[in-house]
Amino acid sequence: MILANKKYDVAVVGGGHAGCEAALASARMGMKTVLFTMDISTVAKMPCNPAIGGLAKGHLVREIDALGGEMGKAIDDTGIQFRMLNRSKGPAVWSPRAQADKLQYALRMLKALEGQNNLDIKQSMVVGINTKEKRVTGVKLFTGAEIDCRAVVLTTGTFLNGLIHIGLFQYAAGRDGEFPAIGLTEDLVSHGFATGRLKTGTPPRIDGSTVDLNVMEIQNGDEDPRPFSYQTEKIRQEQVPCYLTKTTEETHRIIRSGLDRSPLYTGKIIGVGPRYCPSVEVKIVRFPDKTSHQLYLEPEGLYTNEYYLNGFATSLSEDVQLKAVRSVAGLENAELTRLGYAIEYDYFYPSQLNTTMETKDIDLLYFAGQINGTSGYEEAAAQGMIAGINASLKIEGKDPFVLKRSEAYIGVLTDDLVTKEIREPYRMFTSLAEHRLSLRQDNADMRLMDYGREFGLIDKDTHAYFVEKRGLITQYIEELKRLRPEISELNRILNRAELAGLSEKESIYRLLKRPGVTIDLFMDRIDHPLFSGMGGGTLMASVRNQVEIDIKYEGYLNKQRQQIEKMRRMEDYLIPEEFNYEAISSLSAESSEKLQRIRPRSVAQASRIAGVSPSDIAVLLVHLKKR
Amino acid sequence: MSTGDGEDTIAAISTPVGIGGISIIRMSGDASIDILKKVFKDESDKGEYKSWRPYYGSIRDGDVTLDHVLVTIFREPKSYTAEDMVEVSCHGGMYVSRRILELLIRHGARPADPGEFTKRAFLNGRIDLSQAEAVADLIEARTEAGLQASLQQLDGKLYENVAGLRNELISLCSMMELELDFSEENIQITDAEDISARIAAVLTTIVNMISSYDRGKIIKEGIKLVIVGRPNVGKSSLLNALLKEDRAIVTSIPGTTRDFLEEQLDISGILFRAVDTAGIAESGDIVEIEGISRTRRHTETADLILHVLDASQPLTKDDHEIAERMIERWKKRDTSIVCVINKIDLDEKIDIDSIAYGEMNIPPVRISAKNMTGITDLEKAVTEAVFKDRGIVKSQTDEVVISRSRHLHALRRAQDALEDALLGIKDSMSSEFIVVDLRSAMESLGEIIGEVTSEDILNHIFDNFCIGK
Repeated sequence: MILANKKYDVAVVGGGHAGCEAALASARMGMKTVLFTMDISTVAKMPCNPAIGGLAKGHLVREIDALGGEMGKAIDDTGIQFRMLNRSKGPAVWSPRAQADKLQYALRMLKALEGQNNLDIKQSMVVGINTKEKRVTGVKLFTGAEIDCRAVVLTTGTFLNGLIHIGLFQYAAGRDGEFPAIGLTEDLVSHGFATGRLKTGTPPRIDGSTVDLNVMEIQNGDEDPRPFSYQTEKIRQEQVPCYLTKTTEETHRIIRSGLDRSPLYTGKIIGVGPRYCPSVEVKIVRFPDKTSHQLYLEPEGLYTNEYYLNGFATSLSEDVQLKAVRSVAGLENAELTRLGYAIEYDYFYPSQLNTTMETKDIDLLYFAGQINGTSGYEEAAAQGMIAGINASLKIEGKDPFVLKRSEAYIGVLTDDLVTKEIREPYRMFTSLAEHRLSLRQDNADMRLMDYGREFGLIDKDTHAYFVEKRGLITQYIEELKRLRPEISELNRILNRAELAGLSEKESIYRLLKRPGVTIDLFMDRIDHPLFSGMGGGTLMASVRNQVEIDIKYEGYLNKQRQQIEKMRRMEDYLIPEEFNYEAISSLSAESSEKLQRIRPRSVAQASRIAGVSPSDIAVLLVHLKKR
Repeated sequence: MSTGDGEDTIAAISTPVGIGGISIIRMSGDASIDILKKVFKDESDKGEYKSWRPYYGSIRDGDVTLDHVLVTIFREPKSYTAEDMVEVSCHGGMYVSRRILELLIRHGARPADPGEFTKRAFLNGRIDLSQAEAVADLIEARTEAGLQASLQQLDGKLYENVAGLRNELISLCSMMELELDFSEENIQITDAEDISARIAAVLTTIVNMISSYDRGKIIKEGIKLVIVGRPNVGKSSLLNALLKEDRAIVTSIPGTTRDFLEEQLDISGILFRAVDTAGIAESGDIVEIEGISRTRRHTETADLILHVLDASQPLTKDDHEIAERMIERWKKRDTSIVCVINKIDLDEKIDIDSIAYGEMNIPPVRISAKNMTGITDLEKAVTEAVFKDRGIVKSQTDEVVISRSRHLHALRRAQDALEDALLGIKDSMSSEFIVVDLRSAMESLGEIIGEVTSEDILNHIFDNFCIGK
């Protein structure tokens, strides 16, 4: 039964963070788009942490924003506590994070979806895909209806055969209290895709009216909350604090005594969980010497009493959860509104994808988010963005959009997914980005906004503003190279800042490379149109910031740039899709098997596959050259 | 111009080197002619080099002439690699060739990877597919040979030490990464002084390794090996057997200032200068006496002495006298002695137990130089003597000796990077900058023992710290 009312270009399956960005990008690029969700009232829901951003994840949000995504704007409108993390470190690892009002965030995103041209939202469950000659042609709904479309983006989250564990109790669910998605895994397997099982978990939620916040340490946000989006001028939302407390030895004793009913330690859970986000019971078992673990009470929103107990993810049984929570200072009388739980779900090995997030075997079928084994709202949104953009480009017959590792965290993410064999939930870290110093949250626009404009996802004015900023940065750097004030004048300024003086004339540019020397030192102190020019305004503040970072860290940036250049040659060395590795006798059996299966896009990608040695790469180069 | 993956200039001793032959050092890349000009003094002194023409002159390291050589220039694209190339033909000798190679590297060339010249030739379209297939196999074969070599004693120890350093760097990196990627986790922040001290310790070890290359007897001079024994026990044939066994021997240099013929040979990657006392000791009376006193002088400066006995004859007074002298030297702990029982192909009449060699660290080795039997055992014993017996390769506790220029090169880059890291810490740079240098150091060490990935660092973090709030 084909519903003939409309023919769509792109069908997005799932209304989570990946699905929202994919649907918006595709619709904004002019594609007739439909988004299927099992429940419209749960679109853009945050089933775990009430926060967006964080270390490395904040970078992703900035990049999504520079490309013209929605996540940054949505959190700017609904964030209730903004913090720039790692501020004591250098600018490359600063990362924005915001507590979100969960309900408002979801509504804000729903509004964006509803207000978007070319985009329909439909509540239904997708149970399969239709294909013809290795090309996707539509989706099947659980009601038996079928929808024709030219591309499909699957963003299934934790729904595929989802199974929730609370102690030894278990029930089938996509998230707490929601139906799982049944049928789609099996349908995809019948199309030849290989699937695996992962596990993740979440802590209990606490009724705020039963908590003694006075005994806890208060954690406020930044006084000058900085927006995620390049297009947000100011954070206007009311800001609220989080609270810090910690587990006690009693907590640990209770948890240890509950391990006999832990699904994790009794072998009920087979899915692989994330090592970077262990449940509280795992922390206690693995690090027995640690007598206390920090916990954060994070508000779930402005209009709810509920707190998220960060640091206390657990799948222990209900009674143990309650007892353990009540052994924490300030939580002695706490009531749990929702239990912590673990959830197992199906994912598909992302080595079956191209870097565009399109499957290698079926044309115009894209996977994004947890279906690829990632975790995190931001990781999901980034993939959704890439899938949505690429589906649209491919339908229009345009070149695919692939970000390089040297260009963006999104490039690192997508490249890691397709080359590494993902066997535990994948999360972004700054240490995964070998070009970390250049991939900063402050310069995401420099790196990506031209692309956003090219795809029509960034409007003309936003782009023009950015181009002006970019011009000014170059101009000021050049001027600072030429500006060499009198020594006496400079020394006066340096002395006041308790910095060592100069014996020879230096340009301000050279001077800025010294530790402790900032542009601010010279503002208002050196009478030069340059400094008055860099004075007021948001634009100028961000220009000044960029100029300073570019000059200050030039040495390190150059080191990285050289590494990037070195890699770029290999990055640009593409391997034809049909390349037959098995025909190369001098490759090791292991390498040959992996290369044949993963089919890397470039020589650089091939070199990142575990087990492929430098000599394999040399052999590969030789054979590629003959073509 | 190069379409290959490297535009830098590479250099290598072109193998194989035949016995007593001439050895060729090759360079390929844009800078090869410039590098040559820095070290080559052209006899005709014209300073202009035409392609495809040999030039005679000398290779000079500052004021020191390393060797008189013939140099041929091939300008791109008409060269084997289709890049600018230089071939230096020298009078052979692993020692001389390596020093020339070193010199080129010091002036900007990079040691070539196995098969790299051929790879460039192919990538630049100089050779065709069937040749390329052969190259692919060659690269693989040579990598395997390299792997085997690395399992040998010398490299094994190097591997162990470099791996230790790399693990320390991984640990340091993960501490710093922890601070960056998990700063919200309430984990104790690392102490800059402690990090500095640990980096400095790694640096010291690396600097020691580097200087072991600079001063190491192994590369610079070779280990002085003297063969002694009364006439007719087969000293010459033993030396010839060693030379024949090791095709890596390079040449005989008639000693102009030396009293004896000196042969260079390469046993398990170690360079030996073998002093052949045979010819002189067995000639006429006066010369013989002269020879004996010179032999004595040589044995006194020897690092390793092979005392050759004849299995087919009972021990003579001379054998006993020489043995006593040798054992005395050995007891003084500055020379290693290996007793070699030759001619085991004949009826055995020797009573070896009457000499105290059995009590020494390295038991006597039985060979037949004539039939080439036992030579491998002898080489093993020699290697063992070098490393274990008296520590000829002078090692304070765990010192590792660097013998390959590729390793030296990698270590120097690691040194630079670690020095930068220390400077960065001194300037209070944040961890992510320090990590750039630490990673670059790890990358350089990785060229010796294999790559470190981001996963290695994250795994280290997950294994050692309680993550996840």
